[in-house]
Amino acid sequence: MGEPGTKEPLSLEELEASTNMRTGRKHVLSILVENKSGVLTRIAGLFARRGFNIDTLTVGPTDDEQVSRVTLTVDGALHPIDQVTKQLHKLINVLKIRDLEPADTVARELALFKVSADGVQRGELMQIAEIFRGKVVDVTKRAVIIEVTGTTDKIAAFEDMVRPFGLIEMMRTGEIAISRGRTET
Amino acid sequence: MRAVDAVMECLKAEGVEVVFGLPGGANLPTYDAFVTGGLRHILVRHEAGGGHAAEGYAKATGKVGVAFATSGPGATNLITPITDAMMDSVPVVFITGQVRTELLGTDGFQEADTIGITMPVVKHSFMITRPQEIPRAIHEAFHIARSGRPGPVLVDIPQDLSRAEIDYEPVTDLRLPGYQPRVEGNQKQIRQAAKALAAAQRPVIYAGGGVVNAEASEELTEFATSDRFPVTCTLMGLGAFPAPHAQWLGMLGMHGTRAANYAMDEADLICAVGARFDDRITGKLSEFAPRAKFIHIDVDPAEISKNVPAHIPIVGDAKHVLAKLLIEYRAIGADPERLAAWWTRIEGWKEKYPLAYEDSADNEIKPQYMVQALFEATGGEAIVTSDVGQHQMWAAQYYDFPKARRWINSGGLGTMGFGLPAAMGAAVGCPDRVVCCIAGDGSVQMNAQELATCAQEQIPIKVFIMNNGFLGMVRQWQELFWDGKYSHVETGEFPDFVKLAEAYGATGLRFEDKTTLVADMKRAIETPGPVLVDVRVTREENTYPMIPAGQAAREMVG
Repeated sequence: MGEPGTKEPLSLEELEASTNMRTGRKHVLSILVENKSGVLTRIAGLFARRGFNIDTLTVGPTDDEQVSRVTLTVDGALHPIDQVTKQLHKLINVLKIRDLEPADTVARELALFKVSADGVQRGELMQIAEIFRGKVVDVTKRAVIIEVTGTTDKIAAFEDMVRPFGLIEMMRTGEIAISRGRTET
Repeated sequence: MRAVDAVMECLKAEGVEVVFGLPGGANLPTYDAFVTGGLRHILVRHEAGGGHAAEGYAKATGKVGVAFATSGPGATNLITPITDAMMDSVPVVFITGQVRTELLGTDGFQEADTIGITMPVVKHSFMITRPQEIPRAIHEAFHIARSGRPGPVLVDIPQDLSRAEIDYEPVTDLRLPGYQPRVEGNQKQIRQAAKALAAAQRPVIYAGGGVVNAEASEELTEFATSDRFPVTCTLMGLGAFPAPHAQWLGMLGMHGTRAANYAMDEADLICAVGARFDDRITGKLSEFAPRAKFIHIDVDPAEISKNVPAHIPIVGDAKHVLAKLLIEYRAIGADPERLAAWWTRIEGWKEKYPLAYEDSADNEIKPQYMVQALFEATGGEAIVTSDVGQHQMWAAQYYDFPKARRWINSGGLGTMGFGLPAAMGAAVGCPDRVVCCIAGDGSVQMNAQELATCAQEQIPIKVFIMNNGFLGMVRQWQELFWDGKYSHVETGEFPDFVKLAEAYGATGLRFEDKTTLVADMKRAIETPGPVLVDVRVTREENTYPMIPAGQAAREMVG
């Protein structure tokens, strides 16, 4: 840093505003929180009152029982992510927030599809499931349930494929994500 | 000992001098503990009064205010003070009783989900689930309330847990791993700010309540006067820079001075300190200070670039950052002469557009004069609280506050009924100082019941009601922006405030003559005990100057 008063003149024109821009992409925020009652309500409430939309949200334990992990996805086209994370940081029970870089992240979601399938269609459905590395977890005379894990895109693609068979219902967990490499998320 | 007795010990360990509260079923054990607890408790007449009194105490003293209430309606009556404390960053700990744990969630008698209801408006809250947690929760509540950006913290204690026996040991450590406010400020950024200030031709320092909260008015003054930096303060910051002063521009914003607003409009560099670019300051955001770069110093990182993108963001409290900024700035040795042209321009505005009003030709008291008279009667040395509305703006404009913590009002939330109980709290916290409330005739009735508290406790607040028989600010907006059609704004002659004061056991007076007003006010101030004065002022006077809502500083009218 040196001593005060080191003279490198500065022109005001050089100054640039810190970016508060909308990034235009989906952000996966991995948030470590204290495992205390009401924490999820605090997070959800914060999003609601600041007008931020949560696209998906998952909560689960970590290897430390005092700490839970919340993974949520937010659309950076609609909200200033910088402001979202700063507001989250103000919650006393929030320990750490990481805005995961897509390239350095493995993200997965699990989905269950209940598709109507009689005898003729069943074979074709199972073939599609196999291509997507899905698993048939239940079969009845009129329907099958297929479990698929993968990225959000893959699950969306699978949904497109099975919809014509008669999609009875679908459930998705929302994404969880972990950073690549040796460092902790 | 009982958990409630431990609560008393914790409060004393935190240096609490006084608690404002009201007992009820769910906090009966707590009130039993007050009998031998060795703490001063002031019985308020409505929990909102207690909450605002705790705020007034906190704002006047800089210490944490404390308010107690019972469950259900007691707690819901606190919502307004809690929200007010959140908006204005006031350190207050609220401790509420809750129904017994076996009744939780059953819609029990006087049950309300206090934690849930208050969640959006607290800095943090603690729901007690085991009695042993109580001491730690209380200490953590105080720490969170007073540190970083101050704010309200609530502790909700179920009745059965509060009377349980616990092993009380003083808590010496806090376990708040997710809470580490940064106060120091990044040295590199501070140096950058000093350079920018040295390069600026048309700088303005825009200071807010954060300077008051950080006890940084000396640092602000020293920094501003280390060069000829023009200074303006927000409504919450008044007193942080001593007024009047050659470098003082007056308050900025909707009812600020033209000099302050025009200076912001033409500035090439604005140094915001502990201020949050509220819409009452910026007006139309896209046209706010269009030529300026921004240094933004704030202890709350989320405020920086929230409304206006900062060019030099500095996360830290005003006291630390301004002290360092001064060292950096002095070392540069900037030439004050570069600001000569800027000052010529500012002096031009000050001269051409001073705060002014047309005085009455007869004995009628103009509301602006009422504030000037109070300034004279108190020698400018009183703590002044206010409610919300025209009287608040006139008080802010015409009472020159020489020091911080002399001006106490509800800025962010704009809570009518704040002034009287806040004065009560300020008077309890500063017993050696004259405490006056400039109230509105509409606002004052929203917590007038606390006059009984003041009478019982002999808290000598002097309340001057600026009585124009209208909800004045709403009337003004209806006149200016709703074609002069008055809708439900006239309050007339009700109540008779002199009789009301007497009924409460306070002194009631009525002043109607401007020629004797200063002497009358002095007489009121010298009267022992609480005094309520009905000051009859011009009925339809407008607060000017004014930037109409959503417009730019250049559009100032009046």
